[in-house]
Amino acid sequence: MKFKSWKDLPEGAIVRDVPTSPEFKTGDWKSRTPKYIPEKCTHDLLCWLYCPDSAIHVKDGKIEKFDLDYCKGCGICASICPQDAIEMVEEEV
Amino acid sequence: MKTKAFIKHALTGNEAAAYAMKQINPDVVAAYPITPATEIVQIFSKYVSNGEVTTEFVPVESEHSAMSVCVGASASGARVMTATASQGLALMHEILYIAASLRLPIVMVVGNRALSGPINIHCDHSDAMGSRDSGWIQMFCENANEVYHTVIMAVKIAEKVNLPCMVGMDGFIITHGMEVIETIDDEEVKRFISKRTPLYSVLDIEKPITIGPLDLFDWYFEHKRSQLEGMLQAKKVIPEVVEEYNQRFGTNFPAFLETYRMDDAEFAIISMSSAAGTMKEAIDIKREEGLKVGLLRIKTTRPFPYEILREKTKGLKAIGIMDRAESWSTMGGPLSIEVKSALYPLDKRPFAIDFVFGLGGREFPIEDAFKIIDITRKLSEGEEFPEFVHIGLKE
Ligand code: SF4
Repeated sequence: MKFKSWKDLPEGAIVRDVPTSPEFKTGDWKSRTPKYIPEKCTHDLLCWLYCPDSAIHVKDGKIEKFDLDYCKGCGICASICPQDAIEMVEEEV
Repeated sequence: MKTKAFIKHALTGNEAAAYAMKQINPDVVAAYPITPATEIVQIFSKYVSNGEVTTEFVPVESEHSAMSVCVGASASGARVMTATASQGLALMHEILYIAASLRLPIVMVVGNRALSGPINIHCDHSDAMGSRDSGWIQMFCENANEVYHTVIMAVKIAEKVNLPCMVGMDGFIITHGMEVIETIDDEEVKRFISKRTPLYSVLDIEKPITIGPLDLFDWYFEHKRSQLEGMLQAKKVIPEVVEEYNQRFGTNFPAFLETYRMDDAEFAIISMSSAAGTMKEAIDIKREEGLKVGLLRIKTTRPFPYEILREKTKGLKAIGIMDRAESWSTMGGPLSIEVKSALYPLDKRPFAIDFVFGLGGREFPIEDAFKIIDITRKLSEGEEFPEFVHIGLKE
């Protein structure tokens, strides 16, 4: 629900339309972006396991995509990857 | 319909509060003992052990935890009560704001006591005044009988407006002073308070919600404005509930402000809590001597009854405001500051002076009440005084 004024807010500052976290795009403050190199990837899924923001999507046991709406650019995926299949690149401004 | 089926008991303020809590039979009570309010929950825990109430009693390790448990329980839709005083209230401070902003109608009895330091266990209002702006409804009772009835009314008021409510009584003077209390029947209490209809419940899995979310510069301001709506609503609901109570039980309690011998008064004393009782006696005596003095006893300070004060002080030459707390503003105690700002927009305002008295349980004998009346009278005749004076201080 979209609010226009204080009058629209539920009392007690509660949030009714849960879950609301998908609407909160937390990825907009990253300064580096993971660049995925599929040729090197063995799909051990360590990055998927370690990503603190569940920004790596897996389908049928394989890396599907990096969801940049929620990726905060921490680089954990790149550092954990034994194949160097993820590279952190500077965000273009 | 009046049911004047009072049962008389000799009870202290603490006992009266505990007795009211027994009749209310809240779903949850979480508390930590502190002088002079310890007895309230001590007695209540006996009711729990004896099976006289069905309350879930949670003895916690601190007042911060006590209020936190109250918040959690109340957010589940339960009827929740607690009691504290002084340092205990201070330790709850952080959670008081959360209870109010979550719109949880917790009712808490406060045995008003001085704050450290130096350490002092006796009466003044610095504890409750410290939580003035926490978003709680705040009421102060003159005697133990009023405490008993106010606790019952507070449950209904709080639950109607979804705001927490503090019921204050002067530490030791009322908490430990024995009086004749006129109680109403258990069934009558139940009928009056009926059942709580919560705004929401965190246990309602059919309607999942998030409570206490992060709320930054985009909506926090709007949420605070929305919270104010509860306090504005309380201004209507408090008189309604008090009126309903008075009607039903033939009592005569004020909602916001009690007027005493104000009819032809030329000047008035504005007071709160037990000191008002002493002041009434002093006013009776001074009236016999021909002084046209009256009393305005403020019962409810949040929401603050500024419109009523404007109305009731109309035509007065002077007011003497009594503060049992310091504000450190160097312009007197908190009550006087609020009373004076309430009257500021008027074209014709009475002269005003603040009396800071009774800190840390310093006694308030009738001679001091005479002194207050005398100074206020002189002020009404044009004599000049400082912004505030101390009464009962070793000068
Ligand atoms: S950079 Fe951090 S947040 Fe982004 S995908 Fe890798 S591990 Fe997840």
